[in-house]
Order: sequence, then structure tokens, then C-alpha cells
Amino acid sequence: MKILVCVSNVPDTTTKITFTDNNTQFNTNGVQFILNPYDEIALSRAIELTDGGKVTVTVINVGEVSTEATIRKALAIGATDAVRINAKPHDAWYVAYQIAQYVKANPFDLILTGRESIDYNGSKVAGMLGELLDLPSVSIIKKLDVSESSATVEREIEGGKEILTIPFPFVAGAAEGVAEPKIPNMRGIMSARTKPLIVVEPLEVKTFSEIVSYETLSIRGQVKLVAADDTAKLVELLHTEARVI
Amino acid sequence: MTQPNLLNYYIPKRALFNFTQIDLYKTHDHMSVLIYAENAGGKFKKSIFEAVSYARAIADQNNTSLVAISIGDVSTGELALLGKYGAEKVLNVTGEKLKNFVNQAYASVIADAAKQQNADIVVLSNTFSGRGLAPRLGVKLEAGLADGAVALPEQKNGKFTVKKTAFSGKAFAIVELTSANKVIALVPNSYKVVETGGSAQVEDFSVETKESDFKALIKEIVRSIDKVSLPDAEIVVSAGRGLKGPENWGMIEELANLLGAATACSKPVSDAGWRPHSEHVGQTGIAVSPNLYIAIGISGAIQHLAGISSSKVIVVINKDPEAPFFKVADYGIVGDAFEVVPQLIAAVKEYKASA
Repeated sequence: MKILVCVSNVPDTTTKITFTDNNTQFNTNGVQFILNPYDEIALSRAIELTDGGKVTVTVINVGEVSTEATIRKALAIGATDAVRINAKPHDAWYVAYQIAQYVKANPFDLILTGRESIDYNGSKVAGMLGELLDLPSVSIIKKLDVSESSATVEREIEGGKEILTIPFPFVAGAAEGVAEPKIPNMRGIMSARTKPLIVVEPLEVKTFSEIVSYETLSIRGQVKLVAADDTAKLVELLHTEARVI
Repeated sequence: MTQPNLLNYYIPKRALFNFTQIDLYKTHDHMSVLIYAENAGGKFKKSIFEAVSYARAIADQNNTSLVAISIGDVSTGELALLGKYGAEKVLNVTGEKLKNFVNQAYASVIADAAKQQNADIVVLSNTFSGRGLAPRLGVKLEAGLADGAVALPEQKNGKFTVKKTAFSGKAFAIVELTSANKVIALVPNSYKVVETGGSAQVEDFSVETKESDFKALIKEIVRSIDKVSLPDAEIVVSAGRGLKGPENWGMIEELANLLGAATACSKPVSDAGWRPHSEHVGQTGIAVSPNLYIAIGISGAIQHLAGISSSKVIVVINKDPEAPFFKVADYGIVGDAFEVVPQLIAAVKEYKASA
């Protein structure tokens, strides 16, 4: 079986998000970039499924040369090989299109993404890949078990869950619960340096969206403190002032 | 309205809708907005009425009509409710195969309806299923996709922009959709339900489905009916490591029940297995935007704050007056959760009894 894991390079979760150029550019100054945490979960599950070498795990990233540190991290965690499509990831459609073209030429049995990237929070690539490749897609899965020709996945729904069986090939976006993120060991880190990482040039494609600017969060007023022994006051404030209960 | 250099691009796109070149220069009269009204066990949730109200406002912006589509087993009475929020017509798609959500097949049905109704804007609620459908629809309709939308689009100088969440709740992005067709997925609790007093005509709508759209098979659906679902809850009671152990969640659940709230937790709590992952709110968990978020014994790490930043009112209960959470809270109590929460439960009971 061949598994493809799509990974993105995102700002570390502790990053304070700021913008430059009149709020039109994300300020990457001093920002540490990491492997998207959900992609790490997808990758960790894929590696659990390698079953002593019967399964290969390829990671793919659409990014410029600066993302190679993140790709090497994925190789250190245990991916077999890696592909980088050499382009700035304009939007989810652009990324999905590039990956779909690669997959058309190099088919996989299972394609995993993270449920979303923690920068633009699209949760779009999995569904777009499914559509572009005419494959089933499940956007947010909490569990993934495989058998010979199909997989059982658990999908989150509001107030519950849905359990599905899907024949290979298909696309799924992994969320917490699918696997515990794996930490690369020293051997993994050493071998990652020599694992194959091929660079593919992108294809031209028309895009449908542009980020024109950003807004930061509005600042809340000073917190109103209520005495610990006066919870009735809090209830009253929530009712009469905030009007939320 | 179209710039000359875009003409080459617009003609094939409109051709998809069986339009002729002349239609390019017509106004929006013949177009419509399509809202996918997702049901949960045959009922529409408030988040769907929000999305219908939102789609109505977009239809009004463009002086077009609003068509709703429902797929599955929904009663005529329930379907008619969509008219109250501004849908003029409801397309009702039924059938055994489409009774439960099948991502691929539902996307095909909605895309077919969009084409048939000349809908250039398709609106969905950004639910778990909606997030599976939106990207497929985006590709099918060659549409720009604004998922996680939190406000009405702005349409100025031929530009169509939508405000959406970005950086896991740490900021917003203004996204311009440059394509003729557009797909927008609205975050629950971010747009008010507006009753228009209208009524909708319900029509049966049938489409040909293809076998290859039904490869994913549902084995089981587990939906707890006695619990408020977290992503679209209006009130959330959330607790963190300050609770010391899973055995102490009784009072959190009691407070949540009293308030009709969903329960949630911080990452360390779900990582420790005290609570399920589905309750983890934060940057790598679920993002929520309730009217009221009550955080108990959570210090307020930046990753947690990201997931709750669009809550309208935040209450923090923490024994550490230096907890970063107080900096973003509207109301706070500095005190021990084990003393404050039982008192708060008593106070809410008293308020409920007098209300």
C-alpha cells in the first residue's frame, strides 16, 4: 500500500500573530515555522500503518525551498520519501490542484491531510483533492483503521460521531484522536538527511481567491472582577448587563 | 462589470450554465443564491437558520432570489420553516440512498441544483459536514471558496470580499473571491437569525446520481440527544487542569446542564484523557464562538485563547489572579473553583427559579 501525506509549513502554535504593510502581509519576522500539528497526526498514523515495511509513506508539500526543514522533520518522523512542489502555496485550491496533478501521475491508495492548517484554517485540501481525483473524501476524521481493501473511519458530527467504511483509494483529513504525534528519534533524524526529496515544478493554474488584508482581534475592555463569595452578582451581570443568560 | 482582461475567463465559466455570451452583460436578475440547509436527524438547527438569514441578506445585496436545498428525510413542516428566514423556494431531495450524508453524492446534488437554479453564490453552514462539502463544491463550480466566513460579504467596485477566521482565531483575513461563482461557509453563531415573515414554496427536486458517488458507506451514526453540541453551542462551560482530575467534572456538567450549555476543556485535559478530544477547545482543537464562554481553572495559554477569541462574553474563574486568561475576560472571579463553582450553581438555580 502507498500512503501520501500532504503537509504544510505553518507558524508555531505559540506565535503572536501580527501583520505589516498596512495589514496586508503576515509578519514572519521572528516566527518559527513548524510542521502543521494536524499533518503531524496524519503522518504519525500513516507511519503506524507501515507495518514493518509493507507500506510506504510519501510526504508532499507545496512550498518554497524554505519549507524543506519541515519536510525533513516529516522524513525524520518516519516518512519513506518526500516531494516538494516548488511554489508559494497561493491558496487551498492552488495547493490541491498541484497535488492532484502529481497524484494523477503517481497514484496512492490512501491520501491523508491534516483536518486544517493552523494558519488559514481551510480544511479544504482534502475535499478538493477528492473532487479533483474523483475519490471519496472525509474532511475531519477522529479514527482510522485499515483492512486489506478498505478502511473504517470515525468522523465527527455535531453532538456525535459517524462511522464509515470506505474502499481505497480515498482522501481523509486527520484530527486529534487518529494518532499520537510521533517524536523523531536520533536515528530518524540522521536518516532523514539522506532520504529522497524530489522537487517538482508547479503547473500553471487560475486561482479564485486572494487575501486582500488582515484584521487583528478587537481588544476587550478591562475585566470586571466579582468577589468570589458573590456569585449571585456575576449571574446578575450576565443577565442584565451582558444579556447572555 | 467585468474587466476586459477577464473576458476570456468569464465566457467559458458562464457557458457552464448554458448561458450565451450576451448574458454576460445582463445584470444579476437571472441569478440566484442557493443555501444548503443541512438537517440533523430530520431537524434544522439554529446554525442553519443563521445561514439562511445570511444567504437572504446576500440575495438582497444582489437583488436576487434565495433558493434553499434540503437533502434527506425532512418533514414538509420543517422545510417550510426555511421560508420564515427568507428562502423563497425549497428544493426537497429525498430517497433512500440520500437519506444520510454522503459527502461526494451530496456535493453532486448541490452542484446540480446550483447549475439548474443559476445560482452563482452557494452558502453553507461551516459545520463538520459543511466543511466536507464546501471544497468539493468549490471545485465542481470552479468557485472561489470563503470558508469560516464571519460577516456578510462586501461588494464594492466590482470586488467581492468576505471576512473569515484565520490563524486559528488569532486574526481575520479579508478574502476576495475573484471567480464568477462563489461558495461561502458561515461559522455558527456569527450571524443573527432574522425572521422575514416570508413563506417558501417546497418543491421536490430529483437529480440523477452516479454510483461512484456512493463508495463511502455509513455503518453507524451515534448522536447524543441529551448533550448540547459544542461547535454551535450558545453557552460553553469549559474547565482545565485546575479541576485536578476527571472525577471533579460533575459540577462542570451540572453548571452546563443548568445553563443549557455544552461542556468543553483545555488541551492538557484532553491529552491526559480526562475528557474526550471532541471537547478540546483551542488552536489545535475546536474553535467556538458562543455568546458566553465560562472558563474554569484554565490559565489561558495563547493556543487556548485562539480557539475562543470570538466568544461574545468571556467569564474566567481562576484562583491565580495573574492567570493570562483574565486579560481577555469580560468578567472574572479570583477564587478556588471548588468553592466558586458550587456557589455559582446555587446562584444560577436561584436566578432560574425567580426568572
